Amino acid sequence: MDVELLARIQFAFTVAFHYIYPPLSIGIGLLMVVFESLYVRTKKEDYHILAKFWTKIFALTFGIGVVTGIVMEFEFGTNWATYSRYVGDVFGSALAAEGIFAFALESGFLGVLLFGWNRVKPWVHLVSTIGVFLGSMFSAIWIVVANSWQQTPAGYHIVGEGMQARAEITDFWAMVFNPSSVERIWHVWLGAFLAGVFLILSVHAYYILRGRYVSISKKAFKITLIIATITSLAQLVAGHASAEVVAEHQPAKLAALEGHYDESAAADMYLFGWVDQEKQEVTGLAIPGGLSFLLDQDFEAPVTGLNAFPADERPSQVNAVFQFYHLMVAIGMFLIALTLYASFLLWKKKLFTKKWLLWVFVFTALLPQIANQVGWFSAEMGRQPWVVYGLLRTNEAFSQAVTANQVLFSLILFFAVYALLFLLFVYLLNKKIKHGPYEEANDEDDDRPLTKEISEVVTG
Amino acid sequence: METILGIDYPTWWFLVIGGLFSGYAILDGFDFGAGAWHLFFKKELNRRIALNAVGPVWDGNEVWLVIGGGALFAGFPVMYATLFSSLYIPFMLFLIFIIFRAISIEFRGKEEMLWWRRLWDVSYSISSIMLAFLLGVVLGNVLQGFAIGENYQYTGSGFFEFLNPYAIMTGVTTLALFMAHGAIYLLLKTEGAMFDQLTNLLQKGMIFFMVSFAITTLYTLLYIPHLSDDFKSAPILFAVPVLTFLSIANVPRLASKKNYKLAFFFSSLTISLLLVLVAVELYPNLLFSTVDPKYSLDVYEAASSERSLGIMLLFVAIGGPLVLGYTFFVYRTFRGKVKLDDHSY
Ligand code: HDD
Ligand code: HEM
Ligand code: HEM
Repeated sequence: MDVELLARIQFAFTVAFHYIYPPLSIGIGLLMVVFESLYVRTKKEDYHILAKFWTKIFALTFGIGVVTGIVMEFEFGTNWATYSRYVGDVFGSALAAEGIFAFALESGFLGVLLFGWNRVKPWVHLVSTIGVFLGSMFSAIWIVVANSWQQTPAGYHIVGEGMQARAEITDFWAMVFNPSSVERIWHVWLGAFLAGVFLILSVHAYYILRGRYVSISKKAFKITLIIATITSLAQLVAGHASAEVVAEHQPAKLAALEGHYDESAAADMYLFGWVDQEKQEVTGLAIPGGLSFLLDQDFEAPVTGLNAFPADERPSQVNAVFQFYHLMVAIGMFLIALTLYASFLLWKKKLFTKKWLLWVFVFTALLPQIANQVGWFSAEMGRQPWVVYGLLRTNEAFSQAVTANQVLFSLILFFAVYALLFLLFVYLLNKKIKHGPYEEANDEDDDRPLTKEISEVVTG
Repeated sequence: METILGIDYPTWWFLVIGGLFSGYAILDGFDFGAGAWHLFFKKELNRRIALNAVGPVWDGNEVWLVIGGGALFAGFPVMYATLFSSLYIPFMLFLIFIIFRAISIEFRGKEEMLWWRRLWDVSYSISSIMLAFLLGVVLGNVLQGFAIGENYQYTGSGFFEFLNPYAIMTGVTTLALFMAHGAIYLLLKTEGAMFDQLTNLLQKGMIFFMVSFAITTLYTLLYIPHLSDDFKSAPILFAVPVLTFLSIANVPRLASKKNYKLAFFFSSLTISLLLVLVAVELYPNLLFSTVDPKYSLDVYEAASSERSLGIMLLFVAIGGPLVLGYTFFVYRTFRGKVKLDDHSY
C-alpha cells in the first residue's frame, strides 16, 4: 500500500476515534452545569449527587478525549507535512488559538472540577464546572473554524509556487468567519449535546427499568428530556442551514449528498436509496424535485449535478457519501420523533409507565454517536479530491519524507492501543453505571480502607 | 520588517516558543520525573500519594505541550512539518507513551485487584521514563542536525536513525534532569518515611544527572562544532552556560539545607537555562541540515507571514496571563502535602 492511502486510513481512524469522546464530554458537561446550578440554587442533595455522578463519567470521556486529541495535533506534522507547510499560516493560528483560549481554560479548571468537591466553596466549584464546559465549547469553535476554512477557504492569498506554495492570511476575521464556519459550529455543538444528553437518558432509563435509584433517575430524566427535545429540533434547523451553505459553496459535494448527476436539472430528495456509480442512477424512495424545493422553494429549479465537474474535481465515492448523509438525516428525524413523543407522554404523566419506550431510550444512546461519525464522513469524503477545497489535492498533501513502513508501523500501533482504550472505556463505563450515583458509605474518612490484600502489599 | 522593541516578529515568536517549551519542560518534567521514581515506592499508600501529587495538575501541565505544538505549527509551519515528518518514529512513540501514561493515572485506582494496580504502576513508570527520554532524543537530533535535503525533505534512511549516540546521551541526560526535578517536587508533597526515602533518592538523582550532563557537554564541545559558533561571535553569551552551572550547583546546596521550595525553584530555573542555552546555540537556525548548510532552516524561512505572527503575538499577550492565572489557581487550590480523599486516584 502507498503512503498516501495509509496516511488517509490512519487519519480517518484516529480522528473518528477521537470524535467518540469530545462530543460526550461537551454534552455531559452541559448537563453537569445544569445539575450543579440547580444544586447551588435549591440546595437539594439529589442534584448534588447527579452532578457528582456525571462528573465521574465525564472524567472518563475527557481523559480519553485529551490523549487521542494530542495525537491529532501532531499527526498533521508527521503525516501531512506538505499540507502543514501549505496551510500553517492560516490553519495553525486557529489551532494555536484553540490551545491558548480553550484547552488552557478547560484543563486549568479540570483539577478543581474533579478533585475540588471538598476543597472549595460550592459556587467556586460551579464556576470551575462552567469553565471546563465553556473551554470545551470554545475548542469546538476553533477546530471547526480550521476545518471549515479547508472546506470554504477565505481571507487568504497564495504566495510561492510548486512545493514552496503556501496560503497566507490576508484578513483574520474573514478566515474565522469563512462562509461555512458559523453554520457548522452550531451543527457540531448540537451534535455534541445530543451525544451527551442521550447517554444520560439511556443510563437513567435503565435505572428506572431496573427499579434502582428510581426517584433520582426520574428527576434527571425529565430535565434531560426537555433539553434533548429542544436540541433535536434545533439540529434540523442547523443541518438545513449547513446544506444551504454546501449548495452555495461546494456544489459538487451537494450533488454527491443526493447522488444527483445531471448537469442541470431539477433534483429529487431521497428518503433512502442506492447510487449506482456506473450507470449514474439512484434507486430508492424520493420526493420528486424535493432538493430543488428545499434550496429554491421551487420543485422545478435546476440544481448543478456531478457531471458539471471534470472527473478529477469531484468526489469518487458518491454512494458512500450518499449513504452516510442519509443515515445522519434519518437519525436526526428519528430523534425528533422520539423526543416529541416522550415529551408528550411526560406532559400526560404517562412516560414512566411505558416500558418499551424506556428500552428504546436505553439503546438510542448509540444513534447520535453514529450520526456524528457519518456526518463527518460525508462532509470530508464529499470534499475529496481536495484537502483544501479547490486549492490543494489530498494526493499532494501527505509527507513525502515518510515511508510506507513507518506509517504501517504507527497504524498498527494505533489500532492496538485504541482497541485496548476502547475496551477499557466500555468496561469502566459499565462499572460506573453498575455502581450507581451514590458513593460508598464511608464517604467521610480520608484514607479509604483498601482490601486486605492491597494494604499489605510490600513488594521487592 | 516590522519590529517590537527592535526585535522582529519571527524572533519574538522564537522566544514565545522557547517560553512555552520551557514552561512545558518544567511542569511535565516533574510529572515525568515523579513517574520515573514510581516503582521505587513499595507501599500501596505511597504509590497513591505519589500519583495524587501529580493527579490534579498533570492534565493542565500537558496543555503546555498542546499550546507549544500549536504555536510551532502556527508560527513556524515549515519547521513543524519538517521536524515531525523527519522524526516520525520517535514522535509516534511519544504519542503512544503519552496515552499510556494518562490512562495509567486514570485507570489504576478504578479496580482493587492487585495485578490490576501493579500493571498500571509498571505502565505508568515505563511511560514516564520513555517520555522523558524521547524528549531528550528529539532535542539531541535537533541540536546535532539531520539529513534535510531539497524542499525541506528528509533524505535520511532507516527506521532507527533517530537513535544515534548523541541523541541517546541527551535522552539519558534529560531523564536524569527530570528525575531530580521530580524528586524535589515529591519532597514538597510528602511527609514521614516517604519523605526520608525521597531525600535519599534525590541524592542519587543529582549524581546521575551531573555525570550524564558532564559527558554530554564534553561530547557537544568536541564533536558538534556548529553549536558553539554563536558563542565565538558574541562572547557575552558565555554568561548563559555560567549561570546554568551556578543554578545547577545551587540545587544540591539548597537540598542539603532542606530548603526544598527554593531548590525546586532552582531546578526549574536550571531547566529553563538549559533551554536558553539550546536556543542560543541554535538561533537564528531552527534545524541544521547535515546534507548541506544551505538546506538548514532558519527562523525567517520557517516563519509564517508577519500578519499572522502579529495576530498570534496578540493572542499570546491576551491569553498568556489567562493561562498563568489558571495555573496559579490550580496550584493554589492543591498546595501543601497530599491529602487523599474519596475523589483521589
Ligand atoms: C481541523 C481539521 C479536521 C477536522 C476537525 C476533521 N478533519 Fe477529517 N480530515 C482532515 C481534517 C479534519 C484533513 C487533514 O484535512 C484530511 C486528511 C486527508 C484529507 O483529505 O483531509 C481529513 C480526512 C478525513 C477522512 C478521510 C477522507 C478520505 O480520505 O476520503 C475522514 C474519513 C475524516 N477526515 C473524518 C473526519 C472525522 C470523523 C472527523 C471528526 C472529528 C474529522 N474528519 C474532523
Ligand atoms: C483533526 C481535528 C482535531 C484535532 C487536531 C484536535 C486536537 C485536540 C487536542 C490536542 C486535544 C487535547 C487537549 C488537552 O490536552 O486538553 C483535544 C481534546 C478535545 N477536542 Fe479535539 N481535536 C480535533 C477534533 C475535534 C473536534 C471536531 C472537536 C469538537 C467538535 C474537538 C473537541 C475537543 C474537546 C472538547 C477536547 C477536550 C477533551 C474532551 O473533552 O474529551 N476536537 N483535541
Ligand atoms: C436532522 C437532519 C440533519 C440534516 C439536514 C443535516 C445536515 C448536514 C449537512 C448538510 C452536513 C454537511 C455539512 C458540510 O459538509 O459542510 C452535515 C454534517 C454533519 N452532521 Fe448533520 N444533519 C442532520 C442531523 C444530524 C445529527 C442528528 C447529528 C448528530 C447527532 C449530525 C452531525 C453532523 C456532523 C458531526 C457533521 C460534520 C460536521 C459538519 O460538516 O458540520 N447531523 N449535516
